[in-house]
Amino acid sequence: MKLRVYAIAYLIFLYAPIFLLPLFAFNQGTIIAFPLSGFTTEWFGELAKTKALHAAVQNSLFIALMTAVFSTLLGMCAARAGAMANFPGKRGIMGFVMLPLVLPEIIVAVSLLVILRQVLGVNLSNWTIIAAHVLICTPFCIAILNGAFQNLDPAMEEAALDLGESRWSAFRLVTLPLVMPGIISSMLIAFTISLDEFIIAFFLTGTNPTMPVYIWGLLRFPASLPVVMALGTLLVALSIILLTIAEILRRRGIAKAGGTDKGGFL
Amino acid sequence: MSALIQLTAVQKYYGDYHALRDINLTINEGEFFSLLGPSGCGKTTLLRTIAGFEGVSEGAVMIAGKDMSDVPPNLRPTNMVFQSYAIFPHLSVAENVAFGLRKSGMGKPEKAAAVKDALNMVGLDGYGDRAAHALSGGQRQRVALARALILKPKVLLLDEPLSALDKKMREHMQVELIRLQRAVGITFILVTHDQEEALVMSDRIAVMFEGEIGQLADPESLYRRPNSRRVAEFIGKMNFINGTASATDEGAKLLVPGLGKCTIPAEQFPQGVTTGDVAIGIRPETLAVLFEGDKAPRFEAEAVVDEVVYYGDMTYYDVRVAEVEKPLTIAMKNLIGRPVLDVGAKTRIAWDERSLVVF
Repeated sequence: MKLRVYAIAYLIFLYAPIFLLPLFAFNQGTIIAFPLSGFTTEWFGELAKTKALHAAVQNSLFIALMTAVFSTLLGMCAARAGAMANFPGKRGIMGFVMLPLVLPEIIVAVSLLVILRQVLGVNLSNWTIIAAHVLICTPFCIAILNGAFQNLDPAMEEAALDLGESRWSAFRLVTLPLVMPGIISSMLIAFTISLDEFIIAFFLTGTNPTMPVYIWGLLRFPASLPVVMALGTLLVALSIILLTIAEILRRRGIAKAGGTDKGGFL
Repeated sequence: MSALIQLTAVQKYYGDYHALRDINLTINEGEFFSLLGPSGCGKTTLLRTIAGFEGVSEGAVMIAGKDMSDVPPNLRPTNMVFQSYAIFPHLSVAENVAFGLRKSGMGKPEKAAAVKDALNMVGLDGYGDRAAHALSGGQRQRVALARALILKPKVLLLDEPLSALDKKMREHMQVELIRLQRAVGITFILVTHDQEEALVMSDRIAVMFEGEIGQLADPESLYRRPNSRRVAEFIGKMNFINGTASATDEGAKLLVPGLGKCTIPAEQFPQGVTTGDVAIGIRPETLAVLFEGDKAPRFEAEAVVDEVVYYGDMTYYDVRVAEVEKPLTIAMKNLIGRPVLDVGAKTRIAWDERSLVVF
């Protein structure tokens, strides 16, 4: 009983602020305060009309998609190597690859800014953000893909090889379909992380802000707060949907490869 | 019979670890050949060097007269049944079996007919549309066999194919594999750690220890005349008694403590006749507990029953004989009217000098 009360209190503490988002997004008043003053979808309409926001969303979607593709590709290489090959210093290297998971983002952001601008002299653009996002998303992708590759019987690819396929076609015909749910799941996670990442994007953004950076800009004008709430509501809904799909696919992937679920990353 | 696979002075190192030590081996066409040994003896490594999954550090692997050193596994005339069977879980049974035909240039109807034949051969007709992950262990193995044999390889490699099956199923599949091998006439190379399996199925067996071949012989010679003590201990069960030998013109005079004296020919010394302290090996089924009415044996001795293990068809007795340090194990068939002795019973046992192997 005590435990249950504690658990409920904990969940309220975690999620109450998020539930306030849709509450105020549909509230008529421009001031974020109780009591609520009536239902409206005006703020969502406002969203649809704001051109600058559309450009920011487009930027973010492009960055998130590219990040998802590249970090999943890198994650696949690492997970496959980790699961199938044995090489000297493997444990150390795998640990090092996972390090960005715990590095403070502000440190990554500042050091990348210094390197890109001062050392390499690269102009800031969407691509600089993509590079940085790949850096922080890859460990997550490796964590997800590790499960997919480790549940895979190494004899599968050898069997395909033995039956006359080349290394590449054995990978394409056998390994790839078996780890595909993991790949999709990894892309969805990377997409979600990149989509709402703020600190790095704020430091590395060029002339075109990403969506989180744009939202931060809006916050300076109290009148636009309800619009931000509306946008936040949409983002929360999108995140929940994407992460749910990712987890479903991860579980299905494990079942397909004939393994048992050893507890996911979510 | 002509030679199909020839391994010449094959060495394999993993760093400092010497996995295969100077393997020289000829395997013939149409032969059922087994690589037998305890785990870690290199038998799977040897199979994988034939399949092409492992290269050799030194020496040569020849298949059908061609050097295989630069030939990858997908281009070798070998196919493999993996220990885990490695059935592709995302494909149906028929798609699994047809997998190797992708590059054969066969038309669709031809392929379907080949798949049907292959499934027929392993007793899985009508299973083509099933999902591969829904099969039982025995069925998976049959799919793996069909998938390998459909390509009509010169050699079929089997890596502990029966170890995942229960005892009944294993014995059933042993017989089926023998039948299948005779039907297709392809060379089978079986890796196993189960000596009974190797004895039942093989034309010839190579017993491996620590990366080298300890003995290469047909099952009967291997069982009757093991060439070393470790082979004798690995294949079946064997009692050892420390005795003394003195060489004569035709063999040796042997003093077996507790049992008696005898003369045996040189061929019962697989490592050559020695004089002095020797280890004398006796198989449990060549000893006998004497019951009333049994024929007078060539040699007999007094013994006390120390342990009785009843198997239904057989009874295994451990008996103590004066001057023999360890109890001797005797295997007796439970024939009609033959009683099972109790622990502590005094009895007489029979032995025969022709069954001794001396090291």
